Amino acid sequence: MSRVSLLALQLLVAIVGIVLWQLLSTVPVFGKILLPPFFFSNPVDVLDQIVKWFVSGVIWKHLGITLMESILAFVIGSLGGVLIGFWFARQPLVAAVFDPYVKMVNALPRVVLAPIFALWLGLGIWSKVALGVTLVFFIVFFNVYQGVKEVSRTVLDNGRMLGMSEGQLMRHVYWPSALSWMFSSLHTSVGFAVVGAVVGEYLGSAAGLGYLIQQAEGVFDVAGVFAGMFVLSAFVILIDFGVTLVERRLLVWRPTVDGRG
Amino acid sequence: MTTPTAVALEDAKVAFRLGDGRVYTAVEKAHLTVAQGEFVAIVGPTGCGKSTLLNVAAGLLKPAAGSVRIFDRPLAGLNRDAGYLFQADALFPWKTALDNVAIGLEIRGTARAEALPQAQKWLTSVGLGAFAGRYPHMLSGGQRKRVALAQVLIRDPKILLMDEPFGPLDAQTRQVMGNLLLDLWNADRKAVLFVTHDLEEAIALADRVVIMSAGPSSRIIGDWRVTLPRPRDIFEVRLDKEFHALHREIWSVLKDEVMKGYAQSTHAAEAV
Repeated sequence: MSRVSLLALQLLVAIVGIVLWQLLSTVPVFGKILLPPFFFSNPVDVLDQIVKWFVSGVIWKHLGITLMESILAFVIGSLGGVLIGFWFARQPLVAAVFDPYVKMVNALPRVVLAPIFALWLGLGIWSKVALGVTLVFFIVFFNVYQGVKEVSRTVLDNGRMLGMSEGQLMRHVYWPSALSWMFSSLHTSVGFAVVGAVVGEYLGSAAGLGYLIQQAEGVFDVAGVFAGMFVLSAFVILIDFGVTLVERRLLVWRPTVDGRG
Repeated sequence: MTTPTAVALEDAKVAFRLGDGRVYTAVEKAHLTVAQGEFVAIVGPTGCGKSTLLNVAAGLLKPAAGSVRIFDRPLAGLNRDAGYLFQADALFPWKTALDNVAIGLEIRGTARAEALPQAQKWLTSVGLGAFAGRYPHMLSGGQRKRVALAQVLIRDPKILLMDEPFGPLDAQTRQVMGNLLLDLWNADRKAVLFVTHDLEEAIALADRVVIMSAGPSSRIIGDWRVTLPRPRDIFEVRLDKEFHALHREIWSVLKDEVMKGYAQSTHAAEAV
């Protein structure tokens, strides 16, 4: 199927969905409105809300805050995950000692940490960053750990026979291998950074997309909730697109699914 | 012989401790020498420890008893005079063909700007001049072997250790690679220790063919000199009368070991 007709079909799905939503929430069927506006709002109101946010410019501040929190969470979480993952993989004793604790912390649903972080770090951006970090860290950590552990024995021996020192093995073998594993989880970890930020905002903050949604919900402004959700998904899709670009640039050496670059 | 000895394994014994504490002896009292400029092939049935012996010569494994001498000096740690061509893919998948070859020099401290043209030269000499920018996954199995060969040779090692390097390739590609190897080797005649399970390949390539018995506790049970004239062409040499006579003679010894090795491997599988 050509790109154009695929795009047309994709658009069609959106249009059908929106039209159905609009009809069912405004036109009575057998004397009854199937999607009561109080619970479901309608596309026109939602669009109106979104336009208002962008025209007045209030949305930029919230988007900016959420973006900032996500980026910080991603960077700090990844950095920590790479460093600790590397350390654990190269020091099996350390890994063995900390193993139960790592599992314990990872098993914890992160939402319960939000109040603690809010208490420790206040209601500003850092409590949200911390929540995102706890999510991103483990994904990156496990991937890097795996990546260093699973370096091909032959490639390592080859490096040694070519005369690589420990430092050179680190740079030319362990590091690229670990990075490739980290990048393979890039979409997930970036997604979780945003989740951490938004959930944190939702649970207590004064700015950000999560805050916007929570505020609307507080006054039963369903149009506002939906508008926030749409802006949020568009935001995540944009970030994901950026990640795909970065990935393509960095992982050129990796075979794609069909076996050809 | 007046030429110096490049590799000397003296009564080398290799043993591994198994998971349950028992000791498994892979190779028993192997005595093997490779003179400078000599091409020696080790042939043996599957699981006879021929790769193990190669790893001992490389310094990747320490012998449990006996000694390893490289150019008359005892080997401590890795064998720095040797280049090793692995059976499995050993290229760095995140480097292009060119970078994979250049790394051999860069490790040594050669500046990148200086290493790259040399790497390009080596890629050209293995017939891959036009593939410098490809990553390993974009190359065929045979092409990857060529890159690996260039990666090893660019460092100009005095000894070449090869562990069934052409094993994973199809029959025709193996012969082409064999000829390429002989051409490159002819230029400066390094000492070569070449492990294979293919007797024909061994005779076609080597100056000496060494036969190992079936494992465990395998030992060297035969040593034949191949006097076929050089330079050789692998396609041609197989038609030679002397080749056939030698093949028949060695095979009569090797056959029993192959059957023994086969029986042992099936037996071991039953025990497990």
